[in-house]
This record gives sequence, C-alpha cells and structure tokens, in this order.
Amino acid sequence: MFIAATIAILIAMALGLVRALLGPTIYDRILSGNMFGTLTIILIAVHGFLEGRPEFLDIALVYALINFVATIAVLKYFRIKSPDKNETLQGEEP
Amino acid sequence: MILDVLSWIFLLLGGAFVIIGAIGMLRLPDVFSRSHAAGMVDTFGAGMIVLGLMLQTGGINLILFKLVLILFFIFFTSPAANYALVRAALADGAKPILKEGVDLQSSEKEEGAKPL
Amino acid sequence: MNLRRSVTLWIILYIFWYILSGYHTPLLLTFGAIACTISVWIAHRMDVLDQEGNPIHLTLKIIPYWFWLGGEIIKANFELAKMLLSPKLEISPVMFKMKTELTNELDRVIYANSLTLTPITITVEQEGDELEVHALTVKAAQDILGRDMERRVKNINDGWEG
Repeated sequence: MFIAATIAILIAMALGLVRALLGPTIYDRILSGNMFGTLTIILIAVHGFLEGRPEFLDIALVYALINFVATIAVLKYFRIKSPDKNETLQGEEP
Repeated sequence: MILDVLSWIFLLLGGAFVIIGAIGMLRLPDVFSRSHAAGMVDTFGAGMIVLGLMLQTGGINLILFKLVLILFFIFFTSPAANYALVRAALADGAKPILKEGVDLQSSEKEEGAKPL
Repeated sequence: MNLRRSVTLWIILYIFWYILSGYHTPLLLTFGAIACTISVWIAHRMDVLDQEGNPIHLTLKIIPYWFWLGGEIIKANFELAKMLLSPKLEISPVMFKMKTELTNELDRVIYANSLTLTPITITVEQEGDELEVHALTVKAAQDILGRDMERRVKNINDGWEG
C-alpha cells in the first residue's frame, strides 16, 4: 500500500517539474520548487515505512525545516537582484 | 485490522489529492491561483499521507511523535512561505487574472443579501 | 515577563532535544542543556522573545480552533478538487481589501495564516489592520466577508489583554 502512495507522490513530482519548466515567471518556478520540497518530505517519510526503517523520519524532519528556509532565501535573492526594487521595497516598510 | 483499512484509505486519499493538486498547478492560469493548488498539496495531501503513516506506527512511540512534528512544521511553514512568495510576486508587478464586474463591497454592507 | 518567556522557551527546547536525541548519559544531557541555553541567549539577543515569538499566553482554547480549522480545510479541499477535475475550469478569482477587527498582532497573524491554509483563499498582503485577500471563487470571498472565522480567532484570546 505504501507503494501506491509512493507512485502517486512521484507522479505529482513529475507534474510539478513540468510546471517548473513551463512556468512563465520566476515565481511559478519557485512555487513549483516549494511544492516539490513538500512532496520530497512525504516521499522520504513514506519510503522509510516502505523499507521498514523509520530512521528516515529524521531526514524528513530536517528537510521540512530546510525547505522553508530555502524558499525564503531564494525569494530574498530575487528581491535584491535589482537595486531599484530594493529601494522601493524598503521604502514601504515602516 | 480496522486501523490498517483506515490508514490505507488515508494514504490513497492523500495520494489522490497530491496528484489533483499537481494537476491544478498545471491547469490554473496565474501564479496567485496556482498557489491555491500548492496549498492544497501542502495541507491536505501531506496531512492525509502523514495521518495514514501515523496509524501504521502501532501505538504511541517516538515515530508517532516525529510524524506529528513533521506535520506541525509543514502546517506552520507553508502559509509563511506562500505569503512571502505571493507578496514578492505582487511587488514585482505581477497582475492577477481577475473576474470582471464583481462588486463585493456592496454585498458586504448588505450582509450578502444581494444575489450576484 | 521576559524571564518567564525565556524559561519556558528553555524548557520546551530541552524537552524537544531530549525526545529527539534519545541519549541518557550525564555528559550528553549537559551538552543538551548548554545548547538550549545558547539558543535562548541568541533568541534573546535577536529580540524575538515577545508575545509573537513565544506565545505562552495562548490557552488550550486553540486546540478546538485547530479542529474546526481542519474541518474547514477538508471542506475547501474537496470543493477545490471538484473544481480542478471538472473539464471546464469554473473559477472566478477575485482580490479585495478588507479591514479586520482584530486589534492584537498575534491574532492577525493567526487569522492571515488560517486564511492561507484554507486552499480557496490566500492572504496577499497584510499591513496594519488591512488585509488583502485573493479568493478563487466569489462564494469563498463572501464567506470571508461574513467574518465567521474572524470571530472564532477573536474567541481564542478572549479576556487576554496586552
């Protein structure tokens, strides 16, 4: 039964990759990457159960934290890419 | 036995919703509506699959605790990442595709009495 | 006030460390305690130990709210799945600004995050008491303006001031 969940997750990951390749804007790609990360977390967890080795959950746990930080970091990078935009964004903040 | 069947149902439901969310990523028109589909994968797909795994742990132990933590992290970080992404897209000048001619403000005052 | 938050954060971190590590030797327990102390010190220096960073004042009232939110999420998910699987994509995205009645910063964060977690609606912008919301259907937007969820968020913190 874990096999079915694994296959479903892999199909979803493939579809997410298609969006990442097609995506017209950079934000579509980042969104797709974020979803890919979430799917990876579940895939690692399900794979641990599939193999009967729950130690994989530790890796999934760490990945859950890294995924969030990675998304924020990439967004931050694209935000400061252009110096003009950085100025206007800082002007908005109180 | 009942737990097994229940966990299978959860796993299958989660898998189905993960695929539906990915299809939504492909079908929806712009980044704002796509983030709804990504939120669906993050909340319901992940939640159901992890819930299905929880029923397979066989009692309260460390594995169950770790699964609960994974679910917690996904549920707390997903909205924050989504919000940062949408805000950055908006600041970068992305225009959402909206339906024309919908007047929500008037229906707010009349408590939704006016049919659209 | 700040001391109480530091101590509770330390205790939570230590329990977390202990459960995940699984070691019982005195040397490693001491190392864990030192690591927790350093973490609390860094949090203190970063000035994030306020009511938002360590919300110890939230009572157990939040647990029924989570269950209610879970129900809402499931409902919205089935609605969205039905929309996505129908051959004609029947969406009517709307974006609108609204004023919230929530005065507390933490309440606003809980409210905005709850909106984002429910798949048909996401919070786009939150500045002061103004929220900008993107909804996938007109009906979902009207549900938000019906302010049911806002009232429930307000109920969590009822009676707590500061």
